[in-house]
Amino acid sequence: MAVATDSTIPKIRFREPQIEMAHGAGGIASRRLVEGLFAPLLFSSAHPSLNDAAALEIGGVRLAMTTDSFVVKPLRFPGGSIGELAINGTVNDLAVSGARPEAIVASFVLEAGLPTETLEAEVRAMSRAAQEARVAIVGGDTKVVEHGKADGMYISTTGIGSCLPGLRVDAATVRPGDKVLLSGPIGDHGITILLARGDLDIEADLRSDTRSVFPLIEAMTREAGPGIRWMRDPTRGGVATSLNELARDCSLGIHIFEDEIPVRDSVRGACELLGLDPLHIANEGQFLAVVAAEYADAAYNALCQAAGGEEAVVLGELHEQPAGSVLVTTRYGGSRIIDMLVGDPLPRIC
Amino acid sequence: MKFVDEFRDPEIINKTAEEIRRLVDPGRHYRFMEVCGGHTHAIYRFGLKDVLPANIELIHGPGCPVCVLPMGRIDDGLTLAKNPDVVFTAFGDMMRVPGVQGSPLEHKARGMDVRIVYSPADALKLAKANPDKHVMFFAIGFETTAPSTALTLMRARAEGVGNFSVFCNHVTIIPAIRAILDSPDMRLDAFIGPGHVSTVIGCRPYAWIAANEHKPIVVSGFEPLDMLQSIVMLLRQLRNGEAKVENQYKRVVPWEGNRAALQAMNEVFQLRPYFEWRGLGFISQSALRIRDSYAEFDAEQRFNVPGVRVTDPKAAQCGEVLKGVLKPAQCKLFGRECTPEHPVGALMVSSEGSCAAYYNYEHRKAMANSLAWPA
Repeated sequence: MAVATDSTIPKIRFREPQIEMAHGAGGIASRRLVEGLFAPLLFSSAHPSLNDAAALEIGGVRLAMTTDSFVVKPLRFPGGSIGELAINGTVNDLAVSGARPEAIVASFVLEAGLPTETLEAEVRAMSRAAQEARVAIVGGDTKVVEHGKADGMYISTTGIGSCLPGLRVDAATVRPGDKVLLSGPIGDHGITILLARGDLDIEADLRSDTRSVFPLIEAMTREAGPGIRWMRDPTRGGVATSLNELARDCSLGIHIFEDEIPVRDSVRGACELLGLDPLHIANEGQFLAVVAAEYADAAYNALCQAAGGEEAVVLGELHEQPAGSVLVTTRYGGSRIIDMLVGDPLPRIC
Repeated sequence: MKFVDEFRDPEIINKTAEEIRRLVDPGRHYRFMEVCGGHTHAIYRFGLKDVLPANIELIHGPGCPVCVLPMGRIDDGLTLAKNPDVVFTAFGDMMRVPGVQGSPLEHKARGMDVRIVYSPADALKLAKANPDKHVMFFAIGFETTAPSTALTLMRARAEGVGNFSVFCNHVTIIPAIRAILDSPDMRLDAFIGPGHVSTVIGCRPYAWIAANEHKPIVVSGFEPLDMLQSIVMLLRQLRNGEAKVENQYKRVVPWEGNRAALQAMNEVFQLRPYFEWRGLGFISQSALRIRDSYAEFDAEQRFNVPGVRVTDPKAAQCGEVLKGVLKPAQCKLFGRECTPEHPVGALMVSSEGSCAAYYNYEHRKAMANSLAWPA
């Protein structure tokens, strides 16, 4: 790496005195930390791309590389567990970067006193998820910390994938008139976790949506590859945060249709009760895509015909205005701006 | 979803909006105050301003419990929780509200035992599960949440739970409306009455607003159709020169209120002679304290409370915004020093606070509109 000269001294804009929970919640604060501290000091390029995965070219082969850490309480929840998340999360970051997931290495931080039974269950869950996602686990590392220090276990996974030919995913290519597609109902994962913590006396028949979205993306690419301009899996911070990031990156306005937002009744019910917006709730098995208008039908049909994509929708479209913002419109003519999530979603009671 | 979808049906909403356009006198400017923060949130969330004629102005009222709580009370509550044996519990609404030393969430990040609960009963449960700790519930809210605090205290006493207390900040809605009406710079035509509070107190306590102040008031639900129907009812009263209390939210609000809830409140609470409201100052008989018969559960009586008084930052104009004299964007700090991420005043914290609602749902739309909006 080149030694920084006066003209290339990185500009640190992050001035907050301490790290708060919000810096890890995936919203505005996370973005400020990454752009203000990590990017200027760590990234070699002046204009790093802050996508879900880094694009590399090694020996003429285009690759995508990504890493993610998984801290989740409780470790197991209806529809999944930390082990599955650790595989699917990294697989999906590669998939929405337009890459076929090829290999993963995993690091474990284990808390002394963790029952072997619990660990074994998670390792089995990882193995199963990797088989389903057709990705190889090729290495790993283990550390143990004192009792009381790690909520049982943390898992960190790093993945590498080979870019699908003919696919270029870049916010800079997004144009007014493009359509926004969403692969299925939102909020299942976040609300499932919230309810699984057991603090709420609400019961609902809900499961996390954790899964690999690569088969859906592969099917869509086959039919509409040249028209796909941008993809993202709306995890922490939800659909609203992902779309706001896109709106800022491409300086366009994103209009989404309130009536098209797919939300299961049980998720909607919990959100209404708790004063949460489903657009801010985390997902682990859905993705957003921006597709050129002329390819939108083909992409939508490909998604709907693929297994697990039956509930896909055309969620909205790109406009010049309001530049840098996401506008939700209703059928009766009302509209509202929806921003990124600030901090963690907190239930509103009174 | 039942009881929600019916009240968001575009066809009925459009018809009701048409009815509103038919009823308004185009030569008149209407100023309606929605008392409740839940209504403020709904107005922005559903984009109702886009549906209403331009000469109907909605003014946000004082009914956001987080917003009217003076900063000193938060500091007092957090000071008690500095004791490592104390667990500070509160609703999610409170967690980002700044005290002088930071919000409850920031205290949590520094190691304080701060937990979000969904009801005071959950805080009591926590106390029973942790007998070696003292669990303090930081109670906020109008008559909507006060009954559940009262019932929890009655249960705590019946079960003899010794490690539980409530730091009581419950306030009452009627004195706040009176303070607004007494304010000389306030010109209002009518009120959209609070829905949730009225499930407890009923509609009768508003009678003086109609009888003495000659202002129509309609107790309203929170769905888009509820609010538009309430506006239709207000416009009809104004057109007919009437001023009465009407109940649009009959599916939830009984005219007489909820007697059992009122009894529980009366058993546990008594009126404070006066209480400070952020932005509105001291209002007499506007808040509740815990009766001496429950003193062992009253954090203020049980512990030494410093009684912190903090004046709001001079430049912040929370009071004017709370009273509806200024629009959120007219405050000098709005969108600059004061944002939802770094709130100076509590109005910017709660999603029911008019500044946060305006910032989240309206602010950037307004900026974009000031540029050319494509057809």
